[in-house]
Amino acid sequence: MNNQNKWFWIFLSPVIVALGIVVVIPFIYGFVFSFTDWNGLTATKFIGFEHYINLFLEEEFMNSIWFTIKFSVVTVILLNVFGLCLALIVTRNIKSNNLLRTVFFMPNLIGGLILGFIWQFIFISVFGDVGNLLGLESMQGWLSTTETGFWGLVILTSWQMAGYIMIIYIAYLENIPKDLIEAAKIDGATALQRFKSITFPLVAPAFTVSMFLTLSMAFKIYDQNLSLTNGGPFNSTQMVAMEIVRTAFSDNEMAYAQAKAVIFFLIVAVIALTQVYYNKKREVDM
Amino acid sequence: MKMNKESKNLFSVEVLGLVLGLIWIAPFYLMIVNAFKTKREIFAGVLGLPQSLALENFVKAFNDLEFLKSLFNSLLITGVSVAIIILFSAMAGYALARNKSKLSGIIFFVFVAAMLIPFQSVMIPLVSIFGQADLLNAAGLIFMYLGFGCSLSIFLYHGAMTGIPKSLDEAAIIDGANRLQLFWYIIFPLLKPISVTVGILNVIWIWNDYLLPSLVLGEANATIPLKMFFFFGEYTKQWHLALAGLTLAIIPVIIFYFFAQKQIIKGVSEGAVK
Repeated sequence: MNNQNKWFWIFLSPVIVALGIVVVIPFIYGFVFSFTDWNGLTATKFIGFEHYINLFLEEEFMNSIWFTIKFSVVTVILLNVFGLCLALIVTRNIKSNNLLRTVFFMPNLIGGLILGFIWQFIFISVFGDVGNLLGLESMQGWLSTTETGFWGLVILTSWQMAGYIMIIYIAYLENIPKDLIEAAKIDGATALQRFKSITFPLVAPAFTVSMFLTLSMAFKIYDQNLSLTNGGPFNSTQMVAMEIVRTAFSDNEMAYAQAKAVIFFLIVAVIALTQVYYNKKREVDM
Repeated sequence: MKMNKESKNLFSVEVLGLVLGLIWIAPFYLMIVNAFKTKREIFAGVLGLPQSLALENFVKAFNDLEFLKSLFNSLLITGVSVAIIILFSAMAGYALARNKSKLSGIIFFVFVAAMLIPFQSVMIPLVSIFGQADLLNAAGLIFMYLGFGCSLSIFLYHGAMTGIPKSLDEAAIIDGANRLQLFWYIIFPLLKPISVTVGILNVIWIWNDYLLPSLVLGEANATIPLKMFFFFGEYTKQWHLALAGLTLAIIPVIIFYFFAQKQIIKGVSEGAVK
């Protein structure tokens, strides 16, 4: 028994040390220091909730939270609609289904930073030229207003991640027994009825997975934000993750940035836990 | 008659799929086509084909990105990080799955719960601690990747262990193997399918990571995304060079995808669904 215990700890020690030093200790450290005047190296005094009060009064931070929420809601809806549609297409018995899966999934393998730069070119130069060709004034100057910057980010993220969500839906769609669909066809159910009564309920668990994934992915976006709009114009498209990085490493306000980081954690954790709870409950009800 | 309608249906699905497919790769097409143009040609229009292939864009981007050096840095950091994540997470997943004590359950829960913590929430103290320990370098970065990558990996290995019967352990122990031998020669090879999944998920994430390397590494030993960031900043509005650089930067990923496509899609699917 004792021997077994020894091996248990030997096997676990590398990851416990790593998780401890990289995640657990900084997390606790950060939480404590967010109540002080910490400058990244030393703290001289506790100042209570001062940072937390200030950040709720800071217009830029509240804007970034509001912008991130709007972005996440729109992106989650689009991602799941696109993901499911793409999955429904490539799970049909068409010749190009493997090729299409490869194509739709490809953007996921490339980092958000690089994709953001590519789309900066698309939105600025390609949109500009197409706009000239069609005489559309509205296609000029994308990414230079808050509105178009927002949609630019939404389009980039939906394009990048829809293939990933597609993969999740494919896994569930392919588990639907073929004879169930066949039987419904024989009984004369239309394609829409089949989708509503068979496919949709059976892929419902996929919503648990993908809503949770997409919402937290969307909320934590940084690279795409940096390379596509760089937060501009006037920081109006700056999302929370970027706002925290800037406060810490450009403005050098470590403790204040850490207070924002704690709030960020609370929001992400609440989203994740609510999603899991809500979806698990709905699955059981079904 | 009925068959006919169905194949017609299928045909329209196929056409729809192909149109969407073209839209999906259009950004890459536009990137590559314009990477071969001169500055003047891009200014004249981005939609047409290049008149001649301006290969000098690629030569300049290759040199300015210090492409071979950045590629080597990316390969080294990703390779070592993923190797130790696989090894140590498999060991931990095995130990946690075999030990049914309450403590073991609590440790497992801590690892899973750590997945809730976004990077930005630990980033500032992390950089501060590693800075004071003089570990803001490649070695420190690899250790950080172990810390951030082990949670999901342990979770996946833990799940895979349920498929490996405990009688194997007992038989090996009776034959005189110690735990380390038992793990290395029997358990670890049986976990190979999940190791492929764990490896792929971590490669995709670490290879493309920008923020952590930007805080830890200097420009001298930058990875591809980090170097790309500096490069892009240097050539804003010089799209012919920027696009050539971007094309170079995604070539390694495309090669990887070409050779491991099946495993990648399978791995991502398993990682997401579990």
